[in-house]
Order: sequence, then C-alpha cells, then structure tokens
Amino acid sequence: MHFKGKAHKVGDHIDTDAIIPARCLVTTDPQELGRNCMAGLEENWVSRINKGDILLGGKNFGCGSSREHAPIAILGAGIPVVVAHSFARIFYRNGFNMGLVLLEVGDEISRLSDGDELEIKALEGKIINHTTGDTVNSLPVPEFMADILAKGGLINYVREKVA
Amino acid sequence: MGKNLAEKILQKHSPEEIKKPGQIIPCRVSLVLANDITAPLAVDSFRKMQAPRVFDADKIALVCDHFTPNKDIASAEQVQKVRRFAREMNITHYYEGGNVGVEHALLPELGLVGPGDVVVGADSHTCTYGGLGAFATGMGSTDIAAAMALGETWFKVPETIRVNMNGSLDEFTTSKDLILNLIGRIKVDGALYRALEFAGDTLPELDAEARMTMANMAIEAGGKAGLFPVDQVTLDYCREHGRLGDHLLEPDGQAGYCMQVDMQVSGMPPQIACPHLPDNVTGVDDLEEIKVDQVVLGSCTNGRISDLRQAAHILKDRKVNKNVRFIVLPATPKIYAQALEEGLLEIFLKAGGIIGPPTCGPCLGGHMGILASGETCLATTNRNFKGRMGSLESKVYLGSPYVAASTAVAGRIIHPARV
Repeated sequence: MHFKGKAHKVGDHIDTDAIIPARCLVTTDPQELGRNCMAGLEENWVSRINKGDILLGGKNFGCGSSREHAPIAILGAGIPVVVAHSFARIFYRNGFNMGLVLLEVGDEISRLSDGDELEIKALEGKIINHTTGDTVNSLPVPEFMADILAKGGLINYVREKVA
Repeated sequence: MGKNLAEKILQKHSPEEIKKPGQIIPCRVSLVLANDITAPLAVDSFRKMQAPRVFDADKIALVCDHFTPNKDIASAEQVQKVRRFAREMNITHYYEGGNVGVEHALLPELGLVGPGDVVVGADSHTCTYGGLGAFATGMGSTDIAAAMALGETWFKVPETIRVNMNGSLDEFTTSKDLILNLIGRIKVDGALYRALEFAGDTLPELDAEARMTMANMAIEAGGKAGLFPVDQVTLDYCREHGRLGDHLLEPDGQAGYCMQVDMQVSGMPPQIACPHLPDNVTGVDDLEEIKVDQVVLGSCTNGRISDLRQAAHILKDRKVNKNVRFIVLPATPKIYAQALEEGLLEIFLKAGGIIGPPTCGPCLGGHMGILASGETCLATTNRNFKGRMGSLESKVYLGSPYVAASTAVAGRIIHPARV
C-alpha cells in the first residue's frame, strides 16, 4: 500500500464515459481497456502515463455508470491509486473491489498539482508531495474497504465465504 | 426516532438492527440484475469466486439490452457468454430476443420488482425501482457476482434527503421536468452517498411510470436510491403487473433526514439539461435558438407507454422537421405492441420518425443513433456527458417527451405549447 509516482490531474465530475467510453465496452480485457483509459476525456490520454503514476481527481470522480470497466481501465493503464476531492458512490465501491486504491482528501486536493511527484502511504492516509514538501492527509480508508484490499479485492473475500 | 423509507426497507432485509446512517450492514437481496455490458464481467468474477451455483435461479435477471440486437462480433460474443451462463445456471429470467426490453422498464412490467424489495443491479439506473417503493441501487459487476453467489450484500446505511413536492403540474410539465429541476438545484453530487425520498401533495398526480422516471435519475444527483412511498397508485400498478401481497409503505413520522428540499411544482415550465452535465438545467424558454440534428425518444427514463402517448399527442398530424432524425424506441415489446394498438406508431411513422426495437443503444452511444462531430441531440434519456452519444465534439440536451416531440417538429428546442 505504498506508492510513488507522478501526478496527473483531471477536473471535477470526471464521469465513467470519460474514463472508458461505451464504444470500448465490448471487451473485459484489462490491457485493452487500459489502452483506452480516459479516451472520453482526450484521445490518447494514456500515452502520458508511466506505470505507477497517480491520478488526481476533483469532486465526484467516477460519476455515472456502474461499469466496472472504469477502475479496470485505470488499473490497466498502470495507475494503482486515485486521490480525489470525493468519489461517486458506485465507483468508490468498484475501485476497492478491483484492488484500485482510492483516497478522499476534500478541499486539500488543491495542494496537489499536475506533474507533482507524490509518495502515498495508503493505509496511513498520508500523501507526501516531494515537489512542494507538503504532506496531505486523506480521510481514513474504511475498515471494511481495507479488509477487502488486504485480501486482494472482493473476489478473494467471497471465495473464502463460499468455500 | 422513527425510520425513513430507506431505513425501513433495509431493516426488513437485515439481521442487524439499524441504529444510524453510516452503519455498515449485511442485507438479503430480493433480486440481482445485470445486462450485456456488465454481466460478462460478473460471470468472470463469479467463476473466480469459485461459487458452485447461484443462490436462487429465480432471483437473478440477465437482460441483454445495451448492444442488442448485437452490433458487432465482440458484443455478440459478450452476449454468448451471458447466454451460456444463464443456461448452465438455469436462470429463469434471461432476456435477449423478442422478449427483451430496456431492463428498468422490463422488470417492473414483469412484476419482478416492487414495494419493500431490495434490488441490486450492475447498472447505475437500477434506482428506477424506487418509484415502486423498492430500495434499489446500482453496483459494479463483482459486487453483483458476490450477490449472485451469496444472496446478500453489504450496505452503508445512507443519510436521506427529503424532497417535498407541492402544487399541481402545468399542462406540458412532467415528472422528467421535476427531476431535472431538482438535479439543477442540488447538483450532480448533491445526493452523493445519500438517498432521496420524495413526498408532498403532488404525489397523487404522479402515476407509477412518472415516479420511475424520477427515481431513475436519482443517480444523476449522485444518489444511492430514489424512493417513493407505497400508496394505492403503486399497489394498483403492481397488481396490474402480476404482483400480489404488496403493502402500503410510508416513512415513520419522526424519521431522520439530513436535509429537506421544497419544490413548488405549479408554474414550472418544461426543464432542459444542457451539455455536458445533467445539472446544467434551465427552463425551455431560455433555449429556443438551439437547433438539433437528432431527437431520441426512449430509454429507461422515458421510453414507457405514457411517454410515447405524450410525444404522439404533439406529433399527431404534424411532420418532423426535414433536418432532424427522430428516433423512437419503445422500451419493451409490450410497450411496442400497445403503441401499435393505440395508433401511436402510425403517428410517428407518418410524421417521419424512425421506429427501432427496444434497446438502450443510442442512450449510451452504443449503436443506432451515434452523433457525428458538431451534431446536437435532444433526448429523453438521462445523461448528457461529453461524448455520451458519440463524438466528443457532439452535444446532448435532455428533456421530456413533450419537449422531444415539439423539438422534432420545429428543428430547434421549443416549448410544446408553441409548436
């Protein structure tokens, strides 16, 4: 739960159509979905991403559809963690279920900029900004979500229950 | 302290006592739903969970309505995966061919969802069933796979916003206008993590279909659910659709709400959501210079028989503007047949409309009505995100069936009374 990478900032209300447009939903392959990550925001957005980079969202990140293809596309693009002002509810649940780490920081998001080099200690809720020297605290990851993450996602969690 | 609608329904399905919002509770589910986009991922997750079978083959609905009739090989193979799973698991409610309809119009029509139910669906507009007094909410495919395996899921008990609607609807103002107006006021994250509960003296004017239109768009305000109380209107609808044994359901007198919103309905003009968010809402009168290339009448929001009747009322003995493609998609085969019987389809055909099969296609830019760069569409659907219906350089406006029909005739957005 320790990440280091360059931040890529997007705006408020980034919807699931922006994260992965409907025309891309004829596959469930993470690599292919990853290649089209944010294609509804900008063609070829993903070309700027290096594996391990961090996405910064604004308010209500992931609003819209229930499509789980959205967190899968972000993970497929090589991004393991999203820090945002706030998350849309279904996306929040989907993210953790898929093993994508989501940190909610509210108005503190203004202290993180596009291009910043960030270090994230997810379970402690600490975001260290190496570009500015700042540290931003996130809301704690709910215990239930941390439990799912610790098991590597909801699939493993349920597998234990049905066994 | 009494319980609001969300708390009352969840309590009925949970072994844990609900004490306050924010509490995480396990909950038995009445029905689990997925479609041809989300079910393939749910099938994959279900296999990885190594569940031997679904919890109840009668309580799962798989509705292949988004890319069907299949638009390409990839979508056909997705449906094939769902079909094979449905056969293997003996799923009772599998819909794909002549029996398929837009899921959130189809399931209420079949009597599969109703008062007091807890319904989870891998589709964000699952909240539609709140129009019938069900706690219904959208989730992702893996959550749905878990619910298919276990027959239960977990919920964080939401806070509830109470929406008091008072007054009487004007001639061309509909429930679509009420929900657009509300979203315009509280914004797309106004109900984030919360439930909406509708109340007020306008309720008897809203039939079950009108209520489902409003509950459908609760998600557009970020809502977890949009709930109507169960009254005689609801019970009559449910009985007509084959459900027996439903009961009246109201919030307790001393229920807790995090916020109250008062809406004066009388005198409200038809509302339009402008590009590119459903909360960018204004009265139709402010937009009369906006020309359109396409009008879409349909979807889980406004593709029901009452919606087609409203549009036909405007289009009777009129022609669609020669610069407009007017696409009509009755939401289910039953609605299609009813519209045929009532002569509505003839009105649309004579006016120059295109009548398609029940499908979600154009609403999400899937197929049948994709927009080119620079094009503008007025749709009765629920989302107008950038690029939602096709090109990133296209625009979508949202409005009621009355506004859709009048706009199709005028070739520009116009108040139904002025066409």
